[in-house]
Amino acid sequence: MPQTNGAAPETARLEEIRKRLAIWSIRMTTKAASGHPSSCLSASHLVTALYFGDIMRYDAANPDWPQRDRFVLSKGHAAPILYAALAEAGTIEENRLMSLREIGSALEGHPNTRRLPGVEASTGSLGQGLSISLGMAMGQRLDGAGARTFVVMGDGEVDEGQVWEAVMAGAKYGVDNLIAMVDRNDFQQMGAADSVLPLDPMALKFAAFGWRVMDIDGHDWKAVLGALREAKVADGRPTLIVAHTKKGYGVTRILEDPGNKFHGVPLSPDEAETAIQEIENA
Amino acid sequence: MNIGERIGLSLGKPTRNAFGEALRDLADEFPKLVVVDADVGNSTRTQWFGEANPDRFFQVGIAESNMVSMAAGLAATGRQALCSSFAAFLTANAFDQIRMSVGFPRANVKLVGSHAGISIGEDGPSQMGIEDLALMRAVPNLTVLCPADAHAAAVMTRQMLEHEGPVYMRTGRPKAPLVHPESPDLRLGRAAQLREGGDVTLIACGLMVAMALEAAEDLSADGIEARVIDMHTIKPLDEAAVIAASRETGAIVTAEEHLVQGGLGEAVAGCTAANAPCPVRRIGVQDTFAESGKPAELLEKYGLSAAAIVAAAREAMALR
Repeated sequence: MPQTNGAAPETARLEEIRKRLAIWSIRMTTKAASGHPSSCLSASHLVTALYFGDIMRYDAANPDWPQRDRFVLSKGHAAPILYAALAEAGTIEENRLMSLREIGSALEGHPNTRRLPGVEASTGSLGQGLSISLGMAMGQRLDGAGARTFVVMGDGEVDEGQVWEAVMAGAKYGVDNLIAMVDRNDFQQMGAADSVLPLDPMALKFAAFGWRVMDIDGHDWKAVLGALREAKVADGRPTLIVAHTKKGYGVTRILEDPGNKFHGVPLSPDEAETAIQEIENA
Repeated sequence: MNIGERIGLSLGKPTRNAFGEALRDLADEFPKLVVVDADVGNSTRTQWFGEANPDRFFQVGIAESNMVSMAAGLAATGRQALCSSFAAFLTANAFDQIRMSVGFPRANVKLVGSHAGISIGEDGPSQMGIEDLALMRAVPNLTVLCPADAHAAAVMTRQMLEHEGPVYMRTGRPKAPLVHPESPDLRLGRAAQLREGGDVTLIACGLMVAMALEAAEDLSADGIEARVIDMHTIKPLDEAAVIAASRETGAIVTAEEHLVQGGLGEAVAGCTAANAPCPVRRIGVQDTFAESGKPAELLEKYGLSAAAIVAAAREAMALR
């Protein structure tokens, strides 16, 4: 692979990709007139880095390659950005993206592993993705091929008791090929995450449970890439990256009210056009 | 007197033990098999597999939800992942995980719920799985099994592992009367007829199969010949056997160590109503929680007895 001189050219390339995925997330949900674009935007750096930042080992043309790294989008409501990433990678055809949420389409409202190549787990019932990822990572260890599992959770999702069951089991077995991220955008369905159920100090909680933790700005390329690269250096513990993000990142209309108003609400066609221009010009 | 003793049935191992032994013995034949436990492996008997194969046995603590989803993740890497707990805790506590992590993606996960029914006795209602069959029937893609005795449990453990896809198998705590010979010719989804008869059909599962055989003997003494079917596969139901029973005997009694809602009885009644209506009387726990007590006392008190099956058979025959 060609060497880049410093970080700048690579991050510029990744930012171009990220913008495409963000724009697709808006276009798809606006056409579907439903969905969670704001939750896609907050995770856009993480997803872009995993697929296109030389973090995950995978073969886009052969999504079932047994030795691949796996990505589980535990916050399944951000499905559009996963679909956009799979299209960008070439695993699925780009012309399928606009069928999001239509009857008969494999691009369902939440990811369905039985219907779409590249989707590793059927998510949408919050709290299950970390356990599924833990099982995958343990299976990969039994395979002995050095593969890893990456999982992105929502911050509200961490309310679920099952998450902590998985956290304890992951620490017990020292599953250091499991790399979890929390998209800490500070909002969940009923408002500010910490008003619904206080989660802080999130990183310290995971650390107390025996995980290696990193606390980063989830919209800073250097921080995101640095954390993921560091996490790939196994140290006997599973890794949690708390990525502080903004729900609706890059779209002023959503950032004005990322709480109740724009959770699970698509932009109108006019709002979408404005948002896309804003992203393109940023 | 033990169940079935008066008609010459001998007492076999508990179905949970037969399952545990079979699982241990099949470890080499199924190298992709891994087992996850939620701190009850010494009760469900998966511990025996774990002792022989420590590198394929994962202890995740009293955390059924994580156990089930983790098993689904292991299955996603090409393994058969088996997890077990008491039927009550496995199917009720981890229902959504079974629904979404296992059923929806058709994960190759085997779920085994032990201590099913009220015959666990003294530990009482919190430990009694009497709704597990209803819950598991409600999950698309799941196969639901309920072996009647140790011989059936051993054979069905193998078939469960040979089956590609999610399976739930129910096992019991007490020793179970042997209604099948060793290595019986059982197939998933195919009813096992244990007795021929043309007057009424008794369709049972689990421990109640032995009671149905007792009831059939009692009815025969009065000149009523009952067909007895061990419906070890609750789902997919052998509809052909049920329809034939309805058409050929005209009356059916179901018997299960489970609530009357949602289990074998409703599966059979649904099948006959749609295809070949006939009176169906359902023996089971009648929409109530049970209580602590000795297994035999509980079975008697909650109407799970040969006498109750006999009475129900007469009622069903009178209705046709």
